[in-house]
Amino acid sequence: MSARSVGVVTPQTMKFDAPLELTSGPSIAPYELAVETYGRLNADCSNAVLICHALNASHHVAGVYADAPDKLGWWDNMVGPGKPVDTERFFVVGVNNLGSCFGSTGPMSIDRTTGTPYGARFPVVTVEDWVHAQARVADVLRIRQWAAVMGGSLGGMQALSWAIQYPQRVRHCVAIAAAPRLSAQNIAFNEVARTAIRSDPDFHGGDYYAHGVVPKRGLRVARMIGHITYLSGADMAEKFGRAMRTDDYQFHYDVEFEVESYLRYQGDKFSEYFDANTYLLITRALDYFDPARHTGGNLVQALAPATAKFLLASFSTDWRFPPERSREIVEALIENERDVAYAEIDAPHGHDAFLLEDPRYHRVVRAYFDNIATEFSQ
Amino acid sequence: MTLRVDLAQIAEWVAPKSRVLDLGCGDGSLLAHLRDAKSCHGYGVEIDDDHVARCVKHGLNVVQQNLDAGLRLFADGMFDTVVLSQTLQAMHNVEGILREMARVARQGIVSFPNFGHWRHAVSLLAGRMPVTKQIPYQWYDTPNIHLCTLRDFEILTARVGLVITGRTVLAEGRPVTVAPALRATVAIYRFEAR
Repeated sequence: MSARSVGVVTPQTMKFDAPLELTSGPSIAPYELAVETYGRLNADCSNAVLICHALNASHHVAGVYADAPDKLGWWDNMVGPGKPVDTERFFVVGVNNLGSCFGSTGPMSIDRTTGTPYGARFPVVTVEDWVHAQARVADVLRIRQWAAVMGGSLGGMQALSWAIQYPQRVRHCVAIAAAPRLSAQNIAFNEVARTAIRSDPDFHGGDYYAHGVVPKRGLRVARMIGHITYLSGADMAEKFGRAMRTDDYQFHYDVEFEVESYLRYQGDKFSEYFDANTYLLITRALDYFDPARHTGGNLVQALAPATAKFLLASFSTDWRFPPERSREIVEALIENERDVAYAEIDAPHGHDAFLLEDPRYHRVVRAYFDNIATEFSQ
Repeated sequence: MTLRVDLAQIAEWVAPKSRVLDLGCGDGSLLAHLRDAKSCHGYGVEIDDDHVARCVKHGLNVVQQNLDAGLRLFADGMFDTVVLSQTLQAMHNVEGILREMARVARQGIVSFPNFGHWRHAVSLLAGRMPVTKQIPYQWYDTPNIHLCTLRDFEILTARVGLVITGRTVLAEGRPVTVAPALRATVAIYRFEAR
C-alpha cells in the first residue's frame, strides 16, 4: 500500500447564526468556521474522524490548495490515502477553531455591532467552547457520532474534552503528546510569550488593526520562546550545536550562531502570518484547560463521564508535555476501567515529534485506526 | 490462533468476566484469548514497540512501560488476576514485582523457565552454561538475569508473604508429575497474598 497525499483540497466556510454561549459569559453570533474534509462519509455516517489543531495550525490538515501547491496541510504525513488515518476508509474533518486567524471568526473579524475588527473585544474562548463549536460542525455534516476525535498537544486536549463533554458522540479518542492540564512551567512560558506581544508598542491594547500595524516584534519573541520549548535540547544540539555563521567571533550582537539565525527566521516567518490577538487567545485557552477543575482536581472523576476508547501517545524527549503528563491521563482512565492503549515513543524530537513521521509512532496510530475500521461497514 | 501451552494453562486459572492485568503481555495473545473466550476485561503492560503495535491492532488495552518502573498506574486490588508469564527471569527487581502483583490483584500467576531442569545440570557438569529451547541465549547475551529453580521460587514467595494456591509444571508442553523439579521445562504458579 503506497501512501499518497489527498491532493488538491478546497476549504469551506460554515456560517452559524445561533448564538454560541461561551464559558467566559458572553455569546457570540453569528460566527463562521473554516472547515476542510477529506475522503467520503459512508452511508451510516460512521466513519468520520475529527482532527483538532494545536496552537498555530488550522483546518488545513492535509493536501494542498490549487492556488498554493506548496501549502501542504499540517498533518499531511498522518492523513491521506494509505496514511495512518487513511482517507480511503475514513471521512476526515478539520476545523479552524473559533478565535483563530485562518478563516474562522476571530479577533481580526469585523464585529457587526461596531463595524470594526473585534480586536481586544473578542471574548476569551476555552477548549470547551471549541468543542461545542465543533459539535455544530458535526451537526451540519450529519455526523451524530465520530469514529474518532484526534489531536496532538492542544489538539489532544480538545479530543479529551470531546470524550468528556459529548461521551455519546465519540467512539475513540486519540490524544497525542497531550496533558490533562498545563503545569506552572507551561503557563509561565505562555505568559512570557503574551508579555512579549502585549509590551510591543505596536500592540495598542489589542486594537492594532485600526492603526494599520502589527506587533511583529512581540510575535517574533513569542514564537522564538515557543519554538525552543517544542524542540529537545539534544535535537537542538544535533541541528545547530555551536555552529557559527562565520569562522570566528565577530564581537557584536547580530547573528553569530546558527541557532540564532534559525530562531529569527522562524520568528519572522510566524509574525508575517499569525495574528497576535489569536496567540493571546489560544495560549489562554491552553492555560485554562483543566477538566478536573470541576471535580476538585480529581482527574479520575473528571474523566468518569467518558465512554470512548482511548489511544494516547507521548514522546520520550518531549519536555513541554512529557510522558508523565500522558501517564496521568492513562492512570485516570484505568482507574475508571476505560479501554486505553498508551504508547511511549522513544523519539529525539521533543514536543514537535507529534508532527513528524516517526515509523514507530505512525505504526501505532495506523494499527489503532486499522482496528477502528473493523468496527464499521466500508 | 492457538494459545501457547503455558498461556492456555494460565487462562484456565482466570475466571470468566474477571479483570486481568498481563505484565509483559507480548503480542497480546493471552489478553485476546481472555477477552474473546472468557469475556474478561484486561490490560497489558509491554515495553517492546512491535508488540505494543500488535496489541493496538487487535484492539487490546496496553500500556507501554518498563515493568521495572513498577505498577504505579494501577490501583490497589483493582484486578482479579495479574499474570507475569516468562518475564520474571528478566526482571531487575524480582521481589518488588511480586509485591506489586500482590498489591494490584487478588490472585497472581507467574510462569518461568525451570533452571533446575536436568539438562541444565548436565550442561553445567560439562563445564558450559546451558543453552536450551527454554533459555536459548548465550550467557553473555541473555535478558535472563534472574533464573531460578522451582524450590528457589517457592522459598522467595514465602519470604514475600505469598501463599501458593496452585502449581503446574510442564515438560515440552505436557504436565509433569514425577520428579518435576528435574523434568519441568516451564513452571506455572498461582498465588495469593497471605
